[in-house]
Amino acid sequence: MDFSIIIDNLPLLFKGLGLTLQLLAISLVIGFILSIPLSIMAASINPWLRIPVKTFIYIFRGTPLLIQIFIIYYGFSQFDWLRESIFWVIFKQAYWCAVIAFSLNTAAYTAEIFRGAILQTQKGEIEAAEACGMSRFDQYRHIILPSALRRSIPMYGNEVIFMLHATVLAGVITLVDLFGAAKIINSRHYAPFESFISAGLFYLVITFTIVFIFKLAENHFLKHLKR
Amino acid sequence: MKKNLSIMSLLLSFLLLISTSVFAKDTVRIGVEGAYPPFSKTTKDGSLEGFDIDIAKALCKKMDVECKLIKQDWDGIIPALLARKYDAIIASMSMTDERKKKVAFSNRYYQSPARFITKKGGKIKISKDGLKGKSVAVQRGTVSDKFITGEFGEDIDIKRYGTQEEAYLDLNAGRVDLVFADAFVLLEYINSDKGKDYEFIGESYSDPKYFGEGIGIALRQKDTELKEKFNKAIAGIREDGTYDEIRKKYFDFDIFGKD
Repeated sequence: MDFSIIIDNLPLLFKGLGLTLQLLAISLVIGFILSIPLSIMAASINPWLRIPVKTFIYIFRGTPLLIQIFIIYYGFSQFDWLRESIFWVIFKQAYWCAVIAFSLNTAAYTAEIFRGAILQTQKGEIEAAEACGMSRFDQYRHIILPSALRRSIPMYGNEVIFMLHATVLAGVITLVDLFGAAKIINSRHYAPFESFISAGLFYLVITFTIVFIFKLAENHFLKHLKR
Repeated sequence: MKKNLSIMSLLLSFLLLISTSVFAKDTVRIGVEGAYPPFSKTTKDGSLEGFDIDIAKALCKKMDVECKLIKQDWDGIIPALLARKYDAIIASMSMTDERKKKVAFSNRYYQSPARFITKKGGKIKISKDGLKGKSVAVQRGTVSDKFITGEFGEDIDIKRYGTQEEAYLDLNAGRVDLVFADAFVLLEYINSDKGKDYEFIGESYSDPKYFGEGIGIALRQKDTELKEKFNKAIAGIREDGTYDEIRKKYFDFDIFGKD
C-alpha cells in the first residue's frame, strides 16, 4: 500500500471531483425542472397526456443508464445526418452527452416519485381548494404541488444519492470525473486499492453532505408531519 | 497369499494414480485481451483469434502443456494476474520499468513502435506546436498513453478510452483529430473498410524510456520456473519456424527485430 501515489495525484482527483459535482448539479436541476410537468402529466386521467409520459418513464427506468449513455454518445454519432446538423455541437462533446443521459434518467425517476406523491394528496385538501373556487391550475400551484413536493423529500434525497453514484458512468465516455481520475491513477501506477479507495472516500463525503442537507430540508419542510 | 494380492493390487492402483498425475498435461492459464486486433480479437461466435492468441497456443504446444485462455479487460489485466486468475499475460504488453515493479517478464516475443493516424489529406504537423489544440485519442493505461502524456501532454487534448475500438468510433465521428497507438494495430485499422479514410502521419516512436524493451509475456515475480519455460519455448518456436509462420499470417514485415 502506497498512499503517496494518491497525494501526488490529488490535483487530478480534485479536478475529477469538480466535474462529478458539476455533472450532478446540472443533471439534477434539468431533471427536476423536467420532472414536474412530467409528473403532472403522468398523474393525469387524460390518456393523451399520460401514455407518452408513462412510456418515456418506462423506457428510462427499464434500461440501464450505461446503455442509455452508450446509445447517446457512441450510437447517435454513427448517423451522418446528426453529424451534419446543428445538434452536433452538443452531441460532439462527451460532457453534454452525459448531461443529456443523466438529466433524462433522473427526470424519469423523479417524475415517478412526484407522481406517487401527487396521487396520494389528501382528498380533503383538493375538495377544500375546489370549495374555495380555485381553478385546476391554482390547485396544483398552491395546494397539490407544494404538499406533494414536501412529502417527496425523503425519496428525492435517495434519488440524488443514486444519481451521484450514477455519475461514475461519465468515466466510460472519456470524461475525467472522480472515477475517471481514479482509473487514470490506477492505469499509471497499477494501484487499484489506493486509487479506488480514495475515490470511494470522496463519494462517501459527498453522500454524507447530501444526507445532511436533506435532513435539514426534512426538518424544515416536514415539521408539520412530525410525530 | 490372498492378503498379499490385495496389497499388490492396492500398490498397483497407487502406481497408476501417480503415473496418471505425472503424465497428465499441466495446465497453464493465460490472460488475453480479446479487443486489440490484429493481436487479439473476439470473433462473432465468441472465440479468440489473433497474433497473441496464435503465439500463446504455439508456446503451450512447445512447452507441452494444456492452454487455457482467459479474456480480461486491459484495465484489470495486471491485477488479475496478481490475483491468480491466470498465470501469464500474453496481450502485447510492453515491458516497462513501471510494470516490472509488479510483474516479471519473459524475453520479448516482438517489438512495436507507436504512430499517429489522421484523416487523409489532413494538414496536421506532428510536433509540439503542430498539435496545439488538437485532440488525440489513446487507450487508457497503454504505453502510447504514457508517451503522449509525457511528451505532448501539456499542449494537446488527450482523450482516454477503455478500448481501442471506442477510440476509432470517436475518430469516425470526428470527435478527435488523431489516434495515437501501436503501429501494427493502426495498420489493421487503416486497412479495414471503416479506416480507409485515414493514414499514418509523422514518425514511428519507440523511445525505450516509454516503450521499454519490446513486448513480453508478463508473469508473477515468484514464478521463475514458468518464466524459464516460456523463454525456452519462445526460442524454440523462433528456431523451428513456427514463429515466422504465424507472423506471416498477420504481417508482411519482420516484427521481432534483431535477435
